[in-house]
Amino acid sequence: MTDGWFAGLDPDDDEAAVATIREGSADEPAEWPRLAVDAGFADDTDDYYDRLRAATTAAAEQAVQEREGADDRQLVHAVRSMADCERTANELAERVAEWGESRSADAGSGVEYARELAASEPSDPAGERVQSLAQRVVDLDEEADRLRAYIDRTAPEVAPNLAALAGPVLAARLVSLAGGLESLAKKPSGTVQVLGAEDALFAHLRGSAPSPKHGIIFTHEAVRGTHPDHRGSAARALAGKLTIAARIDHYSGDLRPDLQAELDERIEAIQSRTGGDGE
Amino acid sequence: MTLPNGVERHDFDGETGLATRGEPVYGEATDGAWRRWDPDRSKLGAMLALGMETGLAGGETVLYLGAAAGTTVSHVADFAGPTYAVEFAPRPVRDLLDAADPRPTLFPLLKDAREPESYAHVVEPVDVLVQDVATRGQALVANRNAGFLRPDGRLLLSIKARSEDVTADPAAVFEDVLTTLEERYEIEASESLAPHHDDHLGVVAGPRRDGTF
Repeated sequence: MTDGWFAGLDPDDDEAAVATIREGSADEPAEWPRLAVDAGFADDTDDYYDRLRAATTAAAEQAVQEREGADDRQLVHAVRSMADCERTANELAERVAEWGESRSADAGSGVEYARELAASEPSDPAGERVQSLAQRVVDLDEEADRLRAYIDRTAPEVAPNLAALAGPVLAARLVSLAGGLESLAKKPSGTVQVLGAEDALFAHLRGSAPSPKHGIIFTHEAVRGTHPDHRGSAARALAGKLTIAARIDHYSGDLRPDLQAELDERIEAIQSRTGGDGE
Repeated sequence: MTLPNGVERHDFDGETGLATRGEPVYGEATDGAWRRWDPDRSKLGAMLALGMETGLAGGETVLYLGAAAGTTVSHVADFAGPTYAVEFAPRPVRDLLDAADPRPTLFPLLKDAREPESYAHVVEPVDVLVQDVATRGQALVANRNAGFLRPDGRLLLSIKARSEDVTADPAAVFEDVLTTLEERYEIEASESLAPHHDDHLGVVAGPRRDGTF
């Protein structure tokens, strides 16, 4: 037996009604209108439907507001902060490793070594300082993880199609590089393709280098997993779909699962071009 | 085939088309209190326009999965009884709320149709289950929601071939979907929705008698 949304509710408590509409559940439906009248929640079924409508409308409005409130500015700050935390953790970890090497022959390197040191017992004042510095590295690394979890959670709300196609972190990076979802949606596909490769692009425009084939989207499996000879094609196809996804996310917001299938199909065609000599 | 009560054919600029009585929602043509139900923008509208026997009589209790911006569900609420509209994406729900505003028995629910438990505490057993969701596994969604249908109820389903597999032959996709549907439903009719919608199949089905919830 499970209860309807109105179970135990004070009929005049609108806030509680919204909460149970949004968070409640039941194993199976039941004759809720009749049960609500029997339970004294509503005078008759008309009264029940009036109450239901008020509650469902308020619940939908609240849910829409919350999910749209996850705005692209917050996502941009989060992904830039994550990059800063990772970079700083790595730089400090190098410093810790260098210091550690001077004190012990079997010093390791990187964030992992900092983690070991942070957990160790310092034996002298200098050791205390190294250990404390190592702890900062660990803290920064953990903050980067938490920021990544936040991005994983919010990118699909800000840009559902883009996040589905690119993965949450790459989606957030693209939004960040473009300066917002709206400006990403307004960029031509060719620009999206080389976002993050500005140095190479300007070198090319000055005439001193070949045109870059891809920017940050290189981190996507569709590009990285393609033979170098065909990466340009793969990057162009991927950028095209990502651009469409960003436009749907900005202008309409509904989910288009077709995009993923279309991309898969295109990338498969590109990757099979080499007829076996690609990997 | 008979149109449900509350759905009529009217003249719009010299063209005859389906219409329901209600507040306009998406800038559709109107004839007095009647507004045009464009079969090119609505799968259920196309099923009716093509003369599929939907069994709709008017006044039914309806669960509508994949309500999107409310284009079709607003017409349904015009001629049906209590209408529960489920949609998962927040942005179209904004428009759905506008469509629901002048319709006292249209209940918008921002829920995932793949998780019926998340709205079974709100939705009562219904006479008609309408489904128009563009995700992979459309038959599974219909099967999971079969428990909402009364024993004499009907499923009116639109299957989009490209949502299941863009590369496969639509006919093969439809066959797969119908086979899965038969776990919970008895198929009464299926028909292509062309020329209104390419690669879409309209399905009318009833719950399986031996089915259990």
